[in-house]
Amino acid sequence: MIALRDIRKAYATEFTRLEVLKGIDLTIEDGEYVSIMGSSGSGKSTLLNILGILDDYDSGTYHLDGTLISKNLSQKEAAYYRNRFIGFVFQSFNLLNFKTAQENVALPLYYQKISRKERADLAMHHLEQVGLADWATHFPNQMSGGQQQRVAIARALATSPKVILADEPTGALDSKTSHEVMEIFDRVNNEGRTLIIVTHEMDIAHRTKRIIHIKDGIIINQDE
Amino acid sequence: MFNRDTWQEIWMTIKQHKLRTFLTVLGVFWGVFMLIFMLGMGSGLENAVFRDFGNRATNIMYVWSSSTSLPYQGYQPGRYPRLNFDDLEAIKQQVKGVGFIAPRTRQDAKVVHGETAETYEIRGELSQMIKVEALKVYHGRYISDLDNEESRKVAVLGTRTAEVFFGKDIEKAIGEYVTINGAEFLVVGIFGPEVIKPWTEDDQEAVVIPLTTMHRTFGLDGRVHYFAVSAKEGYRISQIEPQVRSLLKARHHVAPDDPRGISGFNLDAQFRKIRGLFDGISAFLWIVGIGTLLAGIVGVSNIMLIVVKERTKEIGIRKAIGATPASIISSILTESIFITAVSGYLGLLAGVLVIGGINFLMEQSGVESQMFYNPEVNLGIAVGAMILLTIAGTVAGLIPAILAARVNPVIALKDE
Repeated sequence: MIALRDIRKAYATEFTRLEVLKGIDLTIEDGEYVSIMGSSGSGKSTLLNILGILDDYDSGTYHLDGTLISKNLSQKEAAYYRNRFIGFVFQSFNLLNFKTAQENVALPLYYQKISRKERADLAMHHLEQVGLADWATHFPNQMSGGQQQRVAIARALATSPKVILADEPTGALDSKTSHEVMEIFDRVNNEGRTLIIVTHEMDIAHRTKRIIHIKDGIIINQDE
Repeated sequence: MFNRDTWQEIWMTIKQHKLRTFLTVLGVFWGVFMLIFMLGMGSGLENAVFRDFGNRATNIMYVWSSSTSLPYQGYQPGRYPRLNFDDLEAIKQQVKGVGFIAPRTRQDAKVVHGETAETYEIRGELSQMIKVEALKVYHGRYISDLDNEESRKVAVLGTRTAEVFFGKDIEKAIGEYVTINGAEFLVVGIFGPEVIKPWTEDDQEAVVIPLTTMHRTFGLDGRVHYFAVSAKEGYRISQIEPQVRSLLKARHHVAPDDPRGISGFNLDAQFRKIRGLFDGISAFLWIVGIGTLLAGIVGVSNIMLIVVKERTKEIGIRKAIGATPASIISSILTESIFITAVSGYLGLLAGVLVIGGINFLMEQSGVESQMFYNPEVNLGIAVGAMILLTIAGTVAGLIPAILAARVNPVIALKDE
């Protein structure tokens, strides 16, 4: 599903050049359930941004489902790939506050130019999957953090992406709701979806089937 | 661009920031309102000035004689050349582009009807003077060519003259007789000025008779005091004027370089001078109006910049889930055009209503002003303003939209 070969990325300022990724080789198969761990500054966020086509890389190759994700995509192409291939889940949920749960879930479908009616139906279906069908017409600020994150997961699933990328998905949640969210992730993976979670919580990482440790821009080991 | 989601978002932004939106709207509203209002008032001023021209022909010159100032061909200066009927024929034959010539000879005479006797200005004319000056026939007819050919004893009375002899019901004058300098004249029409002004009072009191009749009965021997010359279609009177003058100077032994002797007044040149003045005023009003409008538009652009700044996170989210730069630009532009167009349209409406209201009130209350008459906003200006607004909205939204499209989702979504 994902094949990274010698991915390098550096941030250059006027005076210094900071190498963040120093040659990442990583293969993630279809249907895998992976977590990426590392301390802050290890390069794990940069890696996730590159995987999510939010950021470009300096050298190496990145194949996503057999498609070469070139290092100099146009903004339009990047938007297209993000929309079709990737579902994002963020630490702070990143829902749009002036849209209802259902409208939030439907938003990625809007950028696929799917009709309004179909969007609403698909969004409703995915809300049911995360157990929030009754909350469809509520706004994010009327929901608890756990519920918001479940809406965000429904949004990530809405386009049936190849990969779900979750950046500290439980970082803003207490342990009980964290547990609920992780149960949904488990189920999504059981349905065959590839899942990559960035976390620094050991218990979260241990629920996944493979842990990738990253330190100072290189992968130090990969536990099965 | 125009789907429900875009409108929903625009509506949300407006609702969340009522005061800010109101101030933005006010800026553009005021700009357009001022533009329309000033142009409307300008047109009121212009209409008032051109009203005095009335239906007066403007491609016209007047010619009369005055005392010469240079000796020529043995004649002393200070002589008054006498224009006459033959001059008209000569001009018609020798100057190209002359339309018609309307002569007038005037003399005061005693006019009598029944017990009433008054002295009035008698004007001898051919048929065309009514077309030249801002005069109109109220009842009956004016002097005709046939009247002149047959030297008929017919008269057209000014409205006030008719009133003096025949009472308020001036229409009754037609068919009656008046005696002018002892000769009886049949009244065939009543004429008067189009608008009554201090300087048109003479026209109300004049009596017009055929010029040929005047020459015979008054013993004036072909005398013409002054005449108006019109230019044919495709000719400007300004081109004809020098030819007419030099022809008359030659015929009346006036030195070619004498600034006096044969005098003329070119209405076309005057008319164009005033036109030019109002074109200048109009240009000035446009500049001021567009300046005001521009200030409003800069306001919109400013607000849109704030909107983009505020929505950086939202734009980041949208980009992460697949929004293309084009879709972001289009939504910001739509919002900007929407705000400018709505507020501009309201300004346009208010401007038209105020101008229309002033016009209505002036007509209703019968206020007459020398300087102000019938202010109006023409359709071309209204349409032009709308087109200008749409362009303005696009320009105002362009920089914020481009900034929005450049938002980097990685930075926008950083959790802080």
